[in-house]
Amino acid sequence: MGAIIESFLAGTGFAGLAWGNVGMILVSAVLLYLGIRKKFEPLLLVPIAFGMFLANLPLAGVMKPPEAGGTPGGLIWYLYQGDMLGIWPPLIFMGVGAMTDFAPLIANPRSLLLGAAAQFGIFVTFLGAILLGFTAKEAGSIGIIGGADGPTAIFLTSRLAPKLLGPIAVAAYSYMALIPIIQPPIMRLLTTRSERRIKMEQLRHVSRTERIIFPVLVSLIVILMVPPAAPLIGMLMLGNLFRECLVVDRLKETAANALMNIVTIFLGVSVGATASAERFLNVQTLKIILLGVLAFAIGTASGVLLAKLLNLFSKNKINPLIGSAGVSAVPMAARVSQVEGQKANSSNFLLMHAMGPNVAGVIGSAIAAGVMLTLFG
Amino acid sequence: MPGTVLEFKVKEGDAVKAGDVLLILEAMKMENEIPAPADGKVVSIAVGKGASVNAGDPLLTVE
Repeated sequence: MGAIIESFLAGTGFAGLAWGNVGMILVSAVLLYLGIRKKFEPLLLVPIAFGMFLANLPLAGVMKPPEAGGTPGGLIWYLYQGDMLGIWPPLIFMGVGAMTDFAPLIANPRSLLLGAAAQFGIFVTFLGAILLGFTAKEAGSIGIIGGADGPTAIFLTSRLAPKLLGPIAVAAYSYMALIPIIQPPIMRLLTTRSERRIKMEQLRHVSRTERIIFPVLVSLIVILMVPPAAPLIGMLMLGNLFRECLVVDRLKETAANALMNIVTIFLGVSVGATASAERFLNVQTLKIILLGVLAFAIGTASGVLLAKLLNLFSKNKINPLIGSAGVSAVPMAARVSQVEGQKANSSNFLLMHAMGPNVAGVIGSAIAAGVMLTLFG
Repeated sequence: MPGTVLEFKVKEGDAVKAGDVLLILEAMKMENEIPAPADGKVVSIAVGKGASVNAGDPLLTVE
């Protein structure tokens, strides 16, 4: 009888609980707190944190791969295949495309330059990561945090450095939630009060034909230029075509709502579950978190500075506050531009103007990921 | 800016000063306070509460 109780106890998780697991359970509790109480990207942080929690309960084996003898693997291991095979992030992008109105970008094509400039942070951070001793593949995945685009970061990392998936996803989504805190000081530092007060003209009307041609044309040009960006850009633009062609409302609704939510659950839980103690509780994670905030800061600054540069050459002045929205993080970064603009001039409405660089930034990050894949994939 | 009119802070006949909040317009899940461009009187309100409006639509007239 005593032996049976002993072997039962040895088979419970308590016996297998290592310090690393305890540490990760605490980390997941902090992330749950940030998601639920502080509302930091809760739609992502809650599933990520819970996946992390489950994967660190010993002997449960939710992330165990199937064994040779035909024993099936753990539940979350199967969901994780959607990340590894690069399926979930492009499906999320389809939903993003179905929700995104690219009209502010079509009406003001200069926004594209601002969206591109804000991707500069990716490349600076890439170099920084190399200096801190990361390999080129890892450095590319860390740099993409500066793209401020979760699915893109996960897509690239699963291709180049799957071991870093946990820390990179956590850094990317936490900083996105912190955009209203990270960006404003940088924006104010780099602009004068009179620049912040610049009023921009109403955007012109964009016709239905333009809206329909846009996704097709962007796919054609971008995929010919950077073929590895095809899954992200292709799905983003397919979703947008669903939205703009106005004849497949059901597909648009599914892509933007039901499908997007389902995939978000699978992606969040499985990305969280990759964060095991040995992969997460180390100096690398700290470095990634530091490099991540650098990437955001440089992206913000480059967008603002390019807007100021463009103003030197053009009659139609751009309010440099919209440049920061080029980091993507739709629509939070655009809202930051709006709030800062109104602080300087209460009759200033930058929101729709900022949506231009903002949505351009989404395309820009996906292209940057494609470039990284071309170079190191 | 396209969005939804959440509420009017003024009614027809009210006197307003430049900078007074006339109405709240929700766009991109953000509440935007639309201020009066100049001193004057609200002559007419063109749309109702909860209306979806587009850029260029007249919302109210201040004289």
